[in-house]
Amino acid sequence: MSFINYAQREINCKIVYYGPGLCGKTTNLQYIYNKTNPEAKGKMISLATETERTLFFDFLPLSLGEIRGFRTRFHLYTVPGQVFYDASRKLILKGVDGVVFVADSQIERMEANIESFENLRDNLQEQGYSLDKIPYVVQYNKRDLPNAAPITELEEVCNPKRVASFEAVATKGVGVFDTLKAVAKLVLTELKRGG
Amino acid sequence: MTNQLVMYEEELQQINTVCEQLHRDSNGKAVLVIDKNGQPIATAGEVDALDVTSLSSLTAGNVAATGGIASLLAEKEFAGQFHEGEKTNVHISIVAGRVILVVLFDGRSSLGLVRLRVKRASVELARILDDLVRKSQSAAAPSILAEITDDDIENLFND
Repeated sequence: MSFINYAQREINCKIVYYGPGLCGKTTNLQYIYNKTNPEAKGKMISLATETERTLFFDFLPLSLGEIRGFRTRFHLYTVPGQVFYDASRKLILKGVDGVVFVADSQIERMEANIESFENLRDNLQEQGYSLDKIPYVVQYNKRDLPNAAPITELEEVCNPKRVASFEAVATKGVGVFDTLKAVAKLVLTELKRGG
Repeated sequence: MTNQLVMYEEELQQINTVCEQLHRDSNGKAVLVIDKNGQPIATAGEVDALDVTSLSSLTAGNVAATGGIASLLAEKEFAGQFHEGEKTNVHISIVAGRVILVVLFDGRSSLGLVRLRVKRASVELARILDDLVRKSQSAAAPSILAEITDDDIENLFND
């Protein structure tokens, strides 16, 4: 749910990074955080376990500049990818304006990608959203690994609607900002259409 | 997009007034009004040293998690929460099912006083929020969104 603040001239949107455990959602946010000017970002918060696995969510507030005198602020969240944190994932999807589905390119994680994508579809539906309507993009992460599956195969299982997709190596930043820009554009375009 | 929250100058002024009044009446350190999705709306009191953005996001996450527990226990919601610290205490309540009202207070106040003042402020806030929803749904309300062009969006990413 976007928040349009006429009094403070701000447009606020929420983007959620979704995907299977260890696919690189947190790494995406960490890269964005490290490469963004201090004045354009707030503190990054990670609610993680002692072994650095996301327990509830990561949060990164970003300012992307002005449109018609309104500051555009994006709140980036990740969900915990591990299967048993489903209740938390549902909570984080509440009020979402756009989704980045991060798939793990490793062939061994294909099943996990499928399960997570189905889970995204189900959880969105439960909140009254639909993948047919909500702005989303797909990122194929870990493209540098030798066991990465071919893109065509990944597209088949993770991108049935053939939305915009990006190859990435989040640890090195490859594709990270392209993905973010694409989803942010889609969200603003959808807002414009709805408004 | 459905369920969009819109804030206008007039209503923000009113919400600020309620926050300032609650800050004074409760002897609290600070008062925050936060949207349930974690966006800060209004503040009063000693907020300069606070990271309001982070505090808002974490409070909303906390309220969402507590709401999840409530639904598992077949409760509609837990309307309030209280966290007791060594120096600062936090009182959190949900107003009109839409926003979160947070009061930070120390030894200069008490939980009883904060609860009492929050109750009164909540009624006022609920009324303002009702007006806000009505106004944002009316066709007369101006919308910046309709004026945004594709070029505006493109230009945002050109640097």
